[in-house]
Amino acid sequence: MKSPMRVGTRETHDRATPRAQTRRRAIGDVLFERSVWLAACAVLALLIAVAAFLVWRSIPAIRQDSANFLTTRTWLPDDTPPVFGVAAIAFGTALSATVALVLAVPVAIGSAIFVTQYVPPRVGVWLGYCLDLLAAVPSVVYGLWGMLWLVPAMTPIQHGLATTLGFLPFFADPQGLTRQASRSIFVVGIVLAAMIIPIIAAVTREVIRQVDPGLREAAWALGATRWEMVRIAILPASKLGIAGAVLLGLGRALGETIAVALVLGTSFAVDFHLLVFGKNTIAANIATQFAEAGSLGRSALIASGLVLFAMTMLTTLLARAIIYRSGSRERSAFA
Amino acid sequence: MSRRIELHDLSCYYGNRKVVDRITMTIEPKSVTAIIGPSGCGKSTLLRAINRLHETLPGARVEGRVLLDGDNIYDRSIDVVDVRRIVGMVFQRPNPFPTMSIHDNVAAGLKLAGVRRRDLDDIVEKALIAVHLWNEVKDRLRRPASALSGGQQQRLCIARAIAVQPEVLLMDEPCSALDPISTLAIEDLIAELKNDFTVVIVTHNMQQAARVSDMTAFVTVDGPGHPGRLVEYADTKTLFSVPADKRTEDYITGRVG
Ligand SMILES: Nc1ncnc2c1ncn2[C@@H]1O[C@H](COP(=O)(O)OP(=O)(O)OP(=O)(O)O)[C@@H](O)[C@H]1O
Ligand SMILES: [Mg+2]
Repeated sequence: MKSPMRVGTRETHDRATPRAQTRRRAIGDVLFERSVWLAACAVLALLIAVAAFLVWRSIPAIRQDSANFLTTRTWLPDDTPPVFGVAAIAFGTALSATVALVLAVPVAIGSAIFVTQYVPPRVGVWLGYCLDLLAAVPSVVYGLWGMLWLVPAMTPIQHGLATTLGFLPFFADPQGLTRQASRSIFVVGIVLAAMIIPIIAAVTREVIRQVDPGLREAAWALGATRWEMVRIAILPASKLGIAGAVLLGLGRALGETIAVALVLGTSFAVDFHLLVFGKNTIAANIATQFAEAGSLGRSALIASGLVLFAMTMLTTLLARAIIYRSGSRERSAFA
Repeated sequence: MSRRIELHDLSCYYGNRKVVDRITMTIEPKSVTAIIGPSGCGKSTLLRAINRLHETLPGARVEGRVLLDGDNIYDRSIDVVDVRRIVGMVFQRPNPFPTMSIHDNVAAGLKLAGVRRRDLDDIVEKALIAVHLWNEVKDRLRRPASALSGGQQQRLCIARAIAVQPEVLLMDEPCSALDPISTLAIEDLIAELKNDFTVVIVTHNMQQAARVSDMTAFVTVDGPGHPGRLVEYADTKTLFSVPADKRTEDYITGRVG
């Protein structure tokens, strides 16, 4: 009689400990789950709060606008009657960001490939640190560099481009403006590219470093050259991460304020002449006008901020959708 | 075509650490040679020195010579890409290109070698038949390779390696991810491959070494941190029945490792 009882006690004792552990683990689990939920909701709430603020403050301006807010190019909100619209500045925003991306993406990806695949790892890491320092330079410094050094340096180059390649729509200079001043979208694109290259390159580098070394070896073992190895092993595996890096850079280019304001000559033209003086972006327009704007003018600027917000959201969503579709469809593509 | 491999005083290093110590052996063409030995003795490293893959790791280097039909693959005049096209490799862990389709995985090496597009389908099919994968995948050749099971992926990798018709095939524990049936299929395949290629296979499975190989090399270390040395290299039957060295006997009878 004694021994079964003793066995029984031991059993209950043995069982009790793991159950206590389970309970403790469960509490930790719940806490963790709650906090990640909270974090996710906080991000979403912040986003909604920003959007709500923008909408709330833009409504008065859009109501009082005597012109169509989306299709008008001029920006005279404090005139009577107020005439303003985002057509020119939204176009300039998209154009400058596009030029920046076209210039930055090949350089950024190329440098990331070079630093991770073509130089000894230790040198690559140091080169990476140097490039990272560029990402830490404040945008006002880029703006000053662009305004004081790049603009004068680019004036003869832009004039040369316009005279030799002027038959291409992007390089056309119908009014002969490139002779004197070059505060153009092209120069802004270069400054923006210089700002986003370090970011895109840094993220791309890390993405590339994460690629399974087994894939590199698979390519090596098939007799791939270094570039072929990059093409069949590295790039397909890091495609999505690189797209994310480019989106990050695009976001910064779309929203850049001070550097653009310092470099770009102001006009409200809507054309593809990259080399000629002028154009404007939403962010730069806000920065240069806000201080002097009246109450309607401020509201109008906030409305343009709402458009910028929508543009950024849309490009992000669109890019995500493209990435998602290419991920599921284009799997057999061996470029 | 198939080639004779001669290792002369081959040593391999990771940085300053020597992990393979002056191995000299000759591997005959159209034969299967098994390399056995305890974990960490440098079998993979040795194998990777034969297609110059070892040197792709930072700090890794090789001393000594590896001759393919008399030509030193480490000679300055030799292009490493040519070496790797002649010497194919199958890895311990299956490593298909995950975003490529099954077809494109097998065709990857062929495209690098410049095989004409219209010849691809045929070669791909033959390679997949050879590894006994064709029936399982013939209806989904355009689907991504990452959707295959581990064993199917490994057979795909073997197909990818043999599709380019190398003259030497290095296999690093090719069956460690496979079930017994696929393992037997691969072993049969190795027996067939011998007709065309020189096969060198690293295996932990003594029965497998005994089943598939003509010659067996036993590599071991004197102790932790010591480099791997070739202890015995002999006809497989001889090595497993009357090992000349005490250490070989201990290993194959399961007393060590
Ligand atoms: N990338 C590396 N850097 C430094 N040392 C390494 C590296 N790879 C392997 N080694 C060392 O080299 C020695 C030989 O390794 P190797 O992978 O060749 O052994 P192995 O015989 O193939 O072992 P296993 O049977 O477990 O696969 C080991 O001691 C290992 O620690
Ligand atoms: Mg190994």
